This record gives sequence, structure tokens and C-alpha cells, in this order.
Amino acid sequence: MSLEQLRGKLVYQGLLLGGVALLTSAALAFASRATEADIKAAEAADLKQSLTQVLPGEYENDLLKDAVTLAGKNGDVLVYRGRSQGKVEAVVYRMIGHGYAGALVCVMGVSREGKILGVRVIKHAETPGLGDKIDPAKSEWIHSFEGKWLGEPVAEKWAVKKDGGEFDQFAGATITPRGVVKAVKEGLEFFEQNRAALLDEAGGNS
Amino acid sequence: MSYGRITRDGLWDNNIVFAQILGMCPTMAVTSSATNGLGMGLATTAVLLASNAIISAVRDLISPDVRIPVYIVLIATLVTLVDVSLNAWAHDLYKVLGLYIALIVANCAVLGRAEAFAAKASVGEAAMDGLMMGLGFTLALTTIGGIREVLGAGTLFANAHLLLGPAFAFLETTVIPEYKGYLLMILPPGGFMVLGFLLAGRRVIEGRRAARAAAAAVPEAAAS
Repeated sequence: MSLEQLRGKLVYQGLLLGGVALLTSAALAFASRATEADIKAAEAADLKQSLTQVLPGEYENDLLKDAVTLAGKNGDVLVYRGRSQGKVEAVVYRMIGHGYAGALVCVMGVSREGKILGVRVIKHAETPGLGDKIDPAKSEWIHSFEGKWLGEPVAEKWAVKKDGGEFDQFAGATITPRGVVKAVKEGLEFFEQNRAALLDEAGGNS
Repeated sequence: MSYGRITRDGLWDNNIVFAQILGMCPTMAVTSSATNGLGMGLATTAVLLASNAIISAVRDLISPDVRIPVYIVLIATLVTLVDVSLNAWAHDLYKVLGLYIALIVANCAVLGRAEAFAAKASVGEAAMDGLMMGLGFTLALTTIGGIREVLGAGTLFANAHLLLGPAFAFLETTVIPEYKGYLLMILPPGGFMVLGFLLAGRRVIEGRRAARAAAAAVPEAAAS
């Protein structure tokens, strides 16, 4: 039987579809295994880089190894701590905000006094050219959080200007900065609620 | 089909965006700047080249009745492979392009070329067609992105160094200094407007060419 005739047979078509599915899944499984370690390593390097961006200054320990998990408002929060002379000087953790196109994964560094050392959005899918001005490579906006804390500006001013707050929005994109501001504010509230545990001090109010 | 013909088809005569009006979803979505258009175009070119070559290589094995699902599975697999390998081995590039790569699956032009060309041509021709169609697509996206960026933000190729490396930072120009921006051009309506004007412009050029060809043909016919 020629290939021409064979191609018309239902059995051949079924086998062909099955075979293609099998081959492509095998290719994907292989690619997933081959790239898994490299992707993890690249993401860890990214994380470390973003941690050092939001935590300026030197700490004596390896941030990635001094981690603690605490319960936050929206699930567990993984906190990395930077120490100097054994004392926790700064903490860094992730907060998830909601942007125009899904989650905004923010990393924020907070000093032991509760002041923001830096904020970065490490993962987002905002509109290129509009919402992606949260990226420090494209705009200075994200630096406007530095040095802020829950008392400065006061609670009701923790919003974008359109909502009566202090932070700029972008032309054409209000939802993205609004999401970031909300996530950062929640991050600071999380810090206040868990101050003792975050700073690794049993006594609490220091 | 000659390689010259394939090249002309891909870049102009049968351009994916300007002549076939295919792939409108990524075209509208990413052309808010020239750099984004260029990135999307290059990623699509890679997928088109690979999918055309593979589909042409196995074209005799595929039953016509089930060809569409086979093409779709192959294209989706290729896109995923490009996605994970970029993520693993070119992570910085992935951070810029990652957003667009998944969109390539939704680009019907890839399936269109598999169906209309690769299924009937030799591997070499199919690969050439994929390359040229991809470059034509890149050209179209970069043009639309460039016009929207200049009118909308006053810059051209902003952030090109993120896509192409620091060596290409020289491409980044501010066309209109102190420009306040014209948001409409960055938003989706701007994409439709720029595309509309470009399509109209292409028709004018093609119309003139046809008229010239007709004028040249008439005296010849009279002389014979």
C-alpha cells in the first residue's frame, strides 16, 4: 500500500495524531528538564540582584540563607533578613499587588525603623509603554517610595494622586501604580504587625 | 518558486501585515514602540523559520484530513521550546521578550504560512519563506511601532539596549525634545490609525505601479 493510500486511512490518521502528540510532549518534557536548573539559577540570581537593589548597604550574612516565613494578610510571606553584628538591620520581602494585567510581584526592603529602603516590581505583565513605567530602567517613579513610612505620608495619602494621595500615576495607566502603592502600603502594615518576629527580637517593642 | 520571488513576496508583495492583514493581534498589542515591534518581529521570525522547515520536512507523512491539529501542535511546541530555552539561557533577553513569546501561538500568520506554503514546498524554499515572511513582519511591526512611538512619546527605539544589548544604545533617539506625549497613539486606537494610513499608502504605491505597468504595456501592444 502506498503512502498516498495509507494517509487516507482512519487508523493512520489516529496514529499520526497520537505520534505527533507523543513526540511533542516528549520534546517538551525533555526541554523542561534540561532548562529547569538553569531557569531556577537565573531566577535566584535575579532575586538576589533585586534584593540588593532594595537593600542598599552591606550586610554580614547571606540574605538568601537568613529567611523566615510569617503569616501575612494574603498568605505566607517569605522574609529575608540582613544583619550587622547579629542584629537585624533590614528585612526584605515580597508583596503581591494587582495590576491591569494580573499580579504585580513587588519586592520591598524595610529598615528596622520601618522606613522603606527600596521597592522593585520584579514580575508583571503590564502594557509595554504605559504600565511598565514601574520599571526603574524606564522611569524614576519607583524611587518615590524611598524613605517613606506609614506616618509619612499619613495613611490616607498612601494612594495615587487621582485618588487624593501623594504618588504620581502615569498618563494612561492609573491601575498599575495604584496596585503598586496598595501593595507597598500593605507591606508596611505587615511590617508593623510583625515587627518583633521580623527583627528576631523576643521582647517585641524595641 | 525562485528565492528572489519568495523574498519579494515576504517583504512586500505578500507582506503578512500590509498585504495579508494577518497577525493583527500581536501587531496591535506590541507596536507601542519600535523596540517592542522589533523584538516581537524577531521572535516570530525564529518560530516561522523553524515551523516552516519542520512542516515541510514531514509534509508527505501528514494526512490532509488531520493536518491542522498537527500544525497547531507543532507550532505550539516550537513556541514553548523557544520560550523555555530563552528563559534558561538568555534570561536578560527573556525578561524583555518573555511577554510576547506566548503571543506568537496566537499569530495566525505562522499557521497560515504552514498551510499555504510549507505544506507544498521543499525544505529550503519553506525555510526561506519563513525567514522572509518573518522579516517582512518585523519590518511592518518596527515601522508601525516607530511611527506610534515618535508621535506618542517623541522618542525612537527607546530602551533598545534592553533588547539588543548595550552596543545598540546609539539607536535610542529623542526625536521631539520636551514632548509631552500624545497618548492616543500609544493606546490601541493609535495602532489601528497608523496601520490604516500605512495600508492606504501601500495601495497608493501599488496603484501607481500598476498604472505605470499598464502605460508601458500599451505602446508595446500598439507596436506589435
